[in-house]
Amino acid sequence: MTGEEVRAAIIDILNDIAPDEDINSINDTAKLRDQIDLDSMDFLDIVMELRKRFNIEVPEKDYEHLATMASCVTYLQPLLKDRQFAG
Amino acid sequence: MTYDVLIIGSGLSGLAAGIRLAHFDKKVCIVEKHIEVGGLNSFYQRKNRTFDVGLHAMTNYTPKGVRTSPLGKLLKQLRFRHEDFQLCPQHMSEIRFPEKSLRFTNEFEFFVQEVAEQFPSQIDAFRKLVRKIETFDEIDLEGDTRTSASTVLKSFLSDPVLIDMLCCPLMFYGNAREGDMDFYQFVIMFKSIFMEGLAKPEKGMHFLLSLLVEKYKAAGGELRMGAEVESINAGRGKVESVTLKGGETLAAETVISSMGYVETLKRCLPEMSEVETWPTGQLSFMESLFVLNQEPRNLGFDKSIVFFSTRPRFEYRVPQDLIDITSGVLCCSNNFDYSEPPKEGLLRLTNLACFSGWNALLRKDYVQAKKQWRTQALDSILTFFPDFRDSVVFLDSFTPKTIQKYTGHLNGAVYGSPRKVKNGATPVKNLFICGTDQGFLGIIGATLSGISMANLHVLQKQLGTQ
Repeated sequence: MTGEEVRAAIIDILNDIAPDEDINSINDTAKLRDQIDLDSMDFLDIVMELRKRFNIEVPEKDYEHLATMASCVTYLQPLLKDRQFAG
Repeated sequence: MTYDVLIIGSGLSGLAAGIRLAHFDKKVCIVEKHIEVGGLNSFYQRKNRTFDVGLHAMTNYTPKGVRTSPLGKLLKQLRFRHEDFQLCPQHMSEIRFPEKSLRFTNEFEFFVQEVAEQFPSQIDAFRKLVRKIETFDEIDLEGDTRTSASTVLKSFLSDPVLIDMLCCPLMFYGNAREGDMDFYQFVIMFKSIFMEGLAKPEKGMHFLLSLLVEKYKAAGGELRMGAEVESINAGRGKVESVTLKGGETLAAETVISSMGYVETLKRCLPEMSEVETWPTGQLSFMESLFVLNQEPRNLGFDKSIVFFSTRPRFEYRVPQDLIDITSGVLCCSNNFDYSEPPKEGLLRLTNLACFSGWNALLRKDYVQAKKQWRTQALDSILTFFPDFRDSVVFLDSFTPKTIQKYTGHLNGAVYGSPRKVKNGATPVKNLFICGTDQGFLGIIGATLSGISMANLHVLQKQLGTQ
């Protein structure tokens, strides 16, 4: 997956978790939490969706990397680089 | 084969737990003893009409876009859109006492104004109470459950009638305790009814439950109807399996039961000693449904729901008689914001009732008593409400005995035991409870109960975040 594809995969997950939100207008460098009302339950869901869809484990100490879209992509892209985007 | 999770009961909490677990690829089976799903919030059919039970209105209504409310959380967690539930907000409801009336809508400020007009000397104290409620963390799964609402309310408000009027709807819609209420439960109910609001799913409980069942099955969950649990086999403090009536045994890593705390422990083999001392719920209701040949509004019923007491002071207790006709809830199902008006008028009258009294009656006396008490309950409210008796085309009543029969909850106690187990733990390490006895009540509460127990005891454990 390219960085763009990883971003699309995350958008996909966010659309699933928050279907009523306007995910497309997300600012990549601002905190996700401030833009789409994500609480700690939602962050766990993002982690669990990553596990379900890509079989990757995000340990609790790394949750901070999921704070913004840009940091998500930076953190996840190396883990997903050999995957095909199914999006 | 061993299930990852076996869930007992296909009410809202069991189905919601099932959806969460199946969605995250757990092997899940829900066993339901009844032939219909829903448990305490279900439906039944008579003469080609479908009636909801348990539901007058859904509390916790918030509009689309509010994501931090219980309803918003539930939708996210179960991957529904707000419009999927087709919720129709209430028009206006009322708390009606002999000398006072407080109306409320889904706009909390309207209610605050009502309190200001009816109880001018109390309004500053009321606002302070509201601030306490707003900042209280009532859903903390390890939080305090022992503080009494009555003590807290008296420390803010000096008018006992206002205290009774505030408690009346909150108790009727979710209090398992006689005479008083736990403060955290008061906060849950205050937020869900006054600060959030009331609505009805346009197509009733049947529709809502079907949505959940479909989602559960689509995620790969298994649902077995007519499958009653005979025993939860929990030797050495751990459940190995569950045996169904008829002898079949299902093995599971984790069991989540929505039967009720005592009801669950009673099925454990060996039996748990807590069963002896744990308080069982006592509060139940008789409800009568009146189908009308016209819009209730034409007869003078313009509110969505009226919580009433015909006496100046309200008492929330198991009555000495079969029912307590001096207080109750009158729900007018038509007065919600439907896209199309319902075909018929429907009024529902709910009164506190005494399980042991109803249960002791012989069959023919029972049928007679239902008629007699329905008549008395009606007579009692005619001083308070317009007479609608000439417009009734169909009526039906159910009692605490009916509720026990169909839900399995001891004493037909619709809000379960007065002692809640917020974290769902039992003396058996891989057996947890969800639903009524976990402490989140109402349609949204029950559903969130299933979600939070599935998250806490299965999904988060697997992530290692506990």
